[in-house]
Amino acid sequence: MFGAGLLKGLAETARNFVGSYHDPARLPTVEYPERRLASPENARVFPFLVYDGADPERGLRCVACKICEKECPPQCIYIVLERDERGKPQKHPRVFDLDVSVCMSCQICVEVCPFDAIRMDTAFEWSTPDRFGGLLLHKTDLAKPNRYYHQIHPTEAAETDARLAAEQAKAEAKAQAQAKPKAPPSQPAATPASATP
Amino acid sequence: MAQTLDQLLVLAQQRLVALWPAPWQPWVAAFLGAAAIVATFGGLFALTTWLERKGLARIQNRLGPNRVGPYGLLQPIADGLKMLTKEDIVPRAADQWIHFLAPILKVVPVLLAYSVIPFGRHLVALDLEAGLLFFFAVGSATEIAVFMAGWGSRNKYSLLGAMRAIAQLISYEVPLVLSAVSVVLLAGTLSLPAIVDSQAGHGWAGLANWHVFTPWGLAGFVLFMIAATAKTSRSPFDLPEGESEIIAGHMVEYSGFKYALFYLGEYLSLFAISGVGITLFLGGWRAPVAWLDWVPSYLWFGIKLLGCIAVFIWLRGTMPRLRADQLMNFAWKFMLPMSLVTLVAAAVWHATATWTFAGAGLWRWVLGAALLLLPYRALSRGLTQRGRFGPRRYRFAD
Repeated sequence: MFGAGLLKGLAETARNFVGSYHDPARLPTVEYPERRLASPENARVFPFLVYDGADPERGLRCVACKICEKECPPQCIYIVLERDERGKPQKHPRVFDLDVSVCMSCQICVEVCPFDAIRMDTAFEWSTPDRFGGLLLHKTDLAKPNRYYHQIHPTEAAETDARLAAEQAKAEAKAQAQAKPKAPPSQPAATPASATP
Repeated sequence: MAQTLDQLLVLAQQRLVALWPAPWQPWVAAFLGAAAIVATFGGLFALTTWLERKGLARIQNRLGPNRVGPYGLLQPIADGLKMLTKEDIVPRAADQWIHFLAPILKVVPVLLAYSVIPFGRHLVALDLEAGLLFFFAVGSATEIAVFMAGWGSRNKYSLLGAMRAIAQLISYEVPLVLSAVSVVLLAGTLSLPAIVDSQAGHGWAGLANWHVFTPWGLAGFVLFMIAATAKTSRSPFDLPEGESEIIAGHMVEYSGFKYALFYLGEYLSLFAISGVGITLFLGGWRAPVAWLDWVPSYLWFGIKLLGCIAVFIWLRGTMPRLRADQLMNFAWKFMLPMSLVTLVAAAVWHATATWTFAGAGLWRWVLGAALLLLPYRALSRGLTQRGRFGPRRYRFAD
């Protein structure tokens, strides 16, 4: 019958209309600023720097090797190596800047980092009235504790920690084996993970 | 008490008019009526934009505006302020006067059309003998506004949009008037208050004697409302605007308050045409059953009007837009013949009113329904299968 399809369509929209008042499946909207969904574990926005221990300055895993700076496709990372008064490199960044207005969240810096020092953050609320200064993140903004890393990416962080611990144990065993012939056992070789004071 | 409440607005107007010296009184009365209409339906326009956005949102499983005020109720004010503060751009090549007058001409005739609609018992601004004729006459003037907007903008897209709009508006004017004519045939008058009076009383099972409760009245009401949808260029007949095809048609070159005026005119004509549909077929301000007569008449009109608006919103949330050729086919090959058939059915209903034998009422119904359903079946076949009878075949779905 001509017009039956129209009535069927009207019934469907009426079901949607009425259902949106009592059926949560028909009203999936989450009113964002008041209520928010948890980020999925694999979410990634911009990178941050992981530090161990309590001191964001000394606990930084980054050794300023500048691999991420060189690999970064849009070149949004800027690193200056720390040197002591005699000009000796300190395996520590003096400046670590990241321009999030340039960053494209590709995660290449994370993949190339040999020290597991840089990881992807899930924080996404970066709006700022200052589009130059507000979006240029410095070392102090970027440094976040390992605890935070465990919060946002638990599986990945556990895997990283296990690997670092295994590497450290291996290095200690090697150092002990090398120290055996000599009389006094010296300090184990410093690994990135043992940079914790 | 109930009677005072029913006549509250009329009495208030009389009181206010009596405060003025006698020679001024007709002018004051006219002004009061006009002011009341503009205020009421301007407010209803604001409310309807909110209702529409909320309703459409719910149909699409969204929440709709809910940021400005409680439940987003102040959204129309925010929208109005936005429209008012926008820059009013007039193209350099445009015909300045026509470009300026078009939005005004879109609104003013619609406001004039309100003057003949009875909103309640004795609540009509202008009780014209030929009220219905006046309504359709001034209602048609908005078509000129559409073409003025398209032509005055000197933009080929707005001109094309306006030509499409004019083709649609004129095509649907015919079934709109013809379906109203069947009511005039039965009521024997063109005056809208008199048409409401012709639907007085209660018939079978205490149901009111509204025209919509007759076979020809039901068909006429549906046809009238479809034509009204097209006449006010609302979805699914919103080809004149067609955001996805011709941006906004004749309104391409309008911005700010002039653009808002076009929308105001569109919504006002929607209310006006719904009001006339209510008056013609739904018994105007009359209650559906006798024991609800104590509710003030203007409230009944308001309830019916809001019901009509809800149906229009529902339709807008459901139907996809027609193609231009489908629109024309529907108007000339279906709506026009069907409204003529409705006219015949109304005439038969009128002629058989003198039947007195047993079961006459039932036979009148059967006859009227048959007179409408058989042409309906044939015409819809003609529309969907190019006149061929037989099982329906889908060319692209096999």
